[in-house]
Amino acid sequence: MPRITVTVDGIQYEEEVEPRLLLVHFLRDRLGKTGTPIGCDTTNCGACTVMLDGKSVKSCSVLAVQADGCDVLTIEGLAGADGQWHPMQTAFHEEHALQCGFCTPGMIMSAIDLLAENPDPSEEAIREGLEGNLCRCTGYCNIVRAVRRGAQAMSGQSAAANQEVPAS
Amino acid sequence: MTEVGRARRRKEDARLVTGRTRWTDNIQMPGMLYVAFLRSPMAHARITRVDTSAARGRPGVVAVYSGRDFAAEQGSLPCAWPVSEDVVIPDHPPMAVSEVRYVGEAVACVVATDRYKAADALDAIEVDYEPLPAVLDMREALTEDSPKVHESGNKAFTWTFSGGDIDAAFTGAPVVVEREYVQQRLIPTAMEPRAVVASTDGETFTIYSATQIPHVLRVMLAVTTGIPEHKLRVIAPDVGGGFGSKLQVTAEEVLTLLITRRLGKPVKWTESRSEGNLTVHHGRDQIQRISVAAERDGRLRGIKVDLLADMGAYLMLVTPGVPLLGAFMYNGIYKMDAYHFACTGVFTTKMPTDAYRGAGRPEATYALERVMDELAAELGMDPMEIRRRNWIRHEEFPYTTIAGLTYDSGNYEAATDRAMTLFGYDKLRAEQADRRERRDPVQLGIGISTYTEMCGLAPSRVLGSLAYGAGGWEHANVRMLPTGKVEVVTGSSPHGQGHVTAWSQIAADALGVPFEDVSVIHGDTAIATKGMDTYGSRSLVVGGMAVLQACEKVKEKARQVAAHMLEASADDVEFDQGSFRVRGTGAAKTIQEIAFAVFAAHDLPDGFEPRLDADATFDPENFSFPHGTHLCAIEVDTETGQSRIRSYVAVDDVGKVVNPLIVEGQVHGGLAQGIAQALYEEAVYDSEGNLLTTTMADYLIPSAADLPDFVTDRTETPATSNPLGVKGVGEAGTIASTPAVVNAIVDALRPHGVHDVRMPCTPERIWRTLQSVNGGAA
Ligand code: FES
Ligand code: FES
Repeated sequence: MPRITVTVDGIQYEEEVEPRLLLVHFLRDRLGKTGTPIGCDTTNCGACTVMLDGKSVKSCSVLAVQADGCDVLTIEGLAGADGQWHPMQTAFHEEHALQCGFCTPGMIMSAIDLLAENPDPSEEAIREGLEGNLCRCTGYCNIVRAVRRGAQAMSGQSAAANQEVPAS
Repeated sequence: MTEVGRARRRKEDARLVTGRTRWTDNIQMPGMLYVAFLRSPMAHARITRVDTSAARGRPGVVAVYSGRDFAAEQGSLPCAWPVSEDVVIPDHPPMAVSEVRYVGEAVACVVATDRYKAADALDAIEVDYEPLPAVLDMREALTEDSPKVHESGNKAFTWTFSGGDIDAAFTGAPVVVEREYVQQRLIPTAMEPRAVVASTDGETFTIYSATQIPHVLRVMLAVTTGIPEHKLRVIAPDVGGGFGSKLQVTAEEVLTLLITRRLGKPVKWTESRSEGNLTVHHGRDQIQRISVAAERDGRLRGIKVDLLADMGAYLMLVTPGVPLLGAFMYNGIYKMDAYHFACTGVFTTKMPTDAYRGAGRPEATYALERVMDELAAELGMDPMEIRRRNWIRHEEFPYTTIAGLTYDSGNYEAATDRAMTLFGYDKLRAEQADRRERRDPVQLGIGISTYTEMCGLAPSRVLGSLAYGAGGWEHANVRMLPTGKVEVVTGSSPHGQGHVTAWSQIAADALGVPFEDVSVIHGDTAIATKGMDTYGSRSLVVGGMAVLQACEKVKEKARQVAAHMLEASADDVEFDQGSFRVRGTGAAKTIQEIAFAVFAAHDLPDGFEPRLDADATFDPENFSFPHGTHLCAIEVDTETGQSRIRSYVAVDDVGKVVNPLIVEGQVHGGLAQGIAQALYEEAVYDSEGNLLTTTMADYLIPSAADLPDFVTDRTETPATSNPLGVKGVGEAGTIASTPAVVNAIVDALRPHGVHDVRMPCTPERIWRTLQSVNGGAA
């Protein structure tokens, strides 16, 4: 069995894996990184999205062996060492951009990747950019708002990050 | 500041945004085994041979079973709603033994040491089938010479309901409009696939399941498998969406439990999405014939509905009840003299249908709101005007409808006025007229849906009168801990709705404690011991009320202790914001002080049990009736069939609001699913009964790019049937939006002679419809 070395959320693992083992199963079943869920078997839903060497990938579409020598960041490693949430996590909470939360890890990862390419996306760009991530609960409005809010926070403009959403 | 009404961010989120989740599939236990199911590739066939021997020899395989192995113990999957005298509830073995009746039915399974090995060994199982004819079309299924799904025939039940004199309403009516609508089959598609983990210590059993109904499931598993109820614990950990699809007692739950009983090991099954599309119960699938009789001025005389409802191959938990939930809603918000409803449930060789968001009410609302537009067109009247002429006016509440329900409150005028303002109704109508006149290839359509729904399921007596197998109450336990913190135990079982946050708000107000000091426990029958679970927009209306009542009882107990401590009469002790005060004096005790005093029990009133907790079981006296007005503007390109939602306004009246953030989220999500039915989704079976939409690549749930931004607002007419004044919001968006969208599309195309477009209204369907009405000259 091939032996791989992979860093996941800052910890280095050396493991023997079956060549056919999917990265997402490696993360979940082998490493116990269950923060990254699986929503489909045809790489359509995006629930399993993680960062592989800084780029978002659907971890159900990558073999564990392909991650050999790579750095993987999952939702579990996104907060700072001090536990401080990533601005995108905060934005999802503030904007009520999750209900059941099953799509959320993948959605947050994709949103961060989207901003890496376009730090100030329009609503339309966000909608297009998140096309590969499906959510059945929210109708996406609040996800779009959260990504905008996250973008503002990440570019340091946000004074509103900790204010309460006004009762409407 | 009171908590109720405040846009509190959710307590649930911290876990969910950091990946510290508890999905059923996350669970790993020492020695755990994994199950994979072999499923029928045939829609209808006799099983003549199953050979599992080769599979048994595969690496990592612990056991292989076929239906025969479980025949003596697996029982029949339950149907809790025998709707009529004539209902036929066929035997429904969790694993098929001698005959399969839909593609995807489980015929064998492998139990192995990991999920890959279990899946690998499925290939080595040999099954011989003797094909039987598939039964796919409901009308054909009801003909004399149709092949039969079950020996008893293809009719599952008939059910009728009448109010008023329907013949009088139709005889001599100046206008009669009759239409047929098709509610396509849908796949609910909660994002978390189902998963089940079962374990045993040899005597008791614990089952974790991605379910909406841990309490109902416990009772049903006990009845089905014979494992005594008190030896069975059901846990619903984090559950990733349900929308009715996890309101079920599934074959996989029963079988996983039986496998654990056989092997004595923890066993896990996790569904793949493709497996789920085949075997999670489907929704809708009805053919609706609706006739409306009216006066020339638009006043309704009566409505007749003749419904065919596709049950699929078996009756599952509430399969036959779904159309009945719609039966009382075909009159909607309108007054009329008579109403007649008839429904026939039909067996076909397809996956059974059952509850999907709205369950019966979206179907009813769709047919009614569509036909109101048709009537308006027939009379040359504005579709809003015809609604105004018929709806129950706000001063007429409470109002008993022709379907026999008493709507406690509502204000359709207010919601409509608000929606029309936000939408810019008159301006859009002007633009529409202009485009029509110019013969613009891109036409503008305006769709209206003035809906109501019955929710807050349900008064137990009403359920009894409809032959449902259980009650509709909900339970809560509220306890003050020694340190003054509060635990709320709820019988309703969340899967994304935000119960923890909302119940904290209710308890915080009722007990005068900080929001942060309340925790909410749910979803484990050993801890939340009594419940009816979550469906039918019932959680807040029924479960939230139980929380409130339990809090009130706790407060009354605390008042007695306060009076004792303050040496006053309980009648003189007032409660305000967490403190009990003797009227007219400064003497006071906080509820936290009382909690500790009760814990210490040193000096309590005589006979006072040293516990500051209470149970409450709330059984609603009536349904609740949210309503609202949704308006949709769609541009339709008559040359290509492409459509684009330009604006969508939803003004809903869900009564008092506990948390506006959560309410808005529920509306958004509901709209997305209703719009998806109108434009995108359909489960398609081919002529042999194979499901063609097994994957997410074929069954297209909308992405962010497929949906518009929504304008949402509310009016607030409190429910009078419960002290919180709440009505429920989980299904409203789905119920209202489908007809709003299709009405808009048809409205855009009406000058071209189009009266209907079948859902989902894809560009191709729109284009073909135009071709057919115009002989290709659209
Ligand atoms: S699980 Fe990877 S895309 Fe769906
Ligand atoms: S929050 Fe449930 S799927 Fe997105």
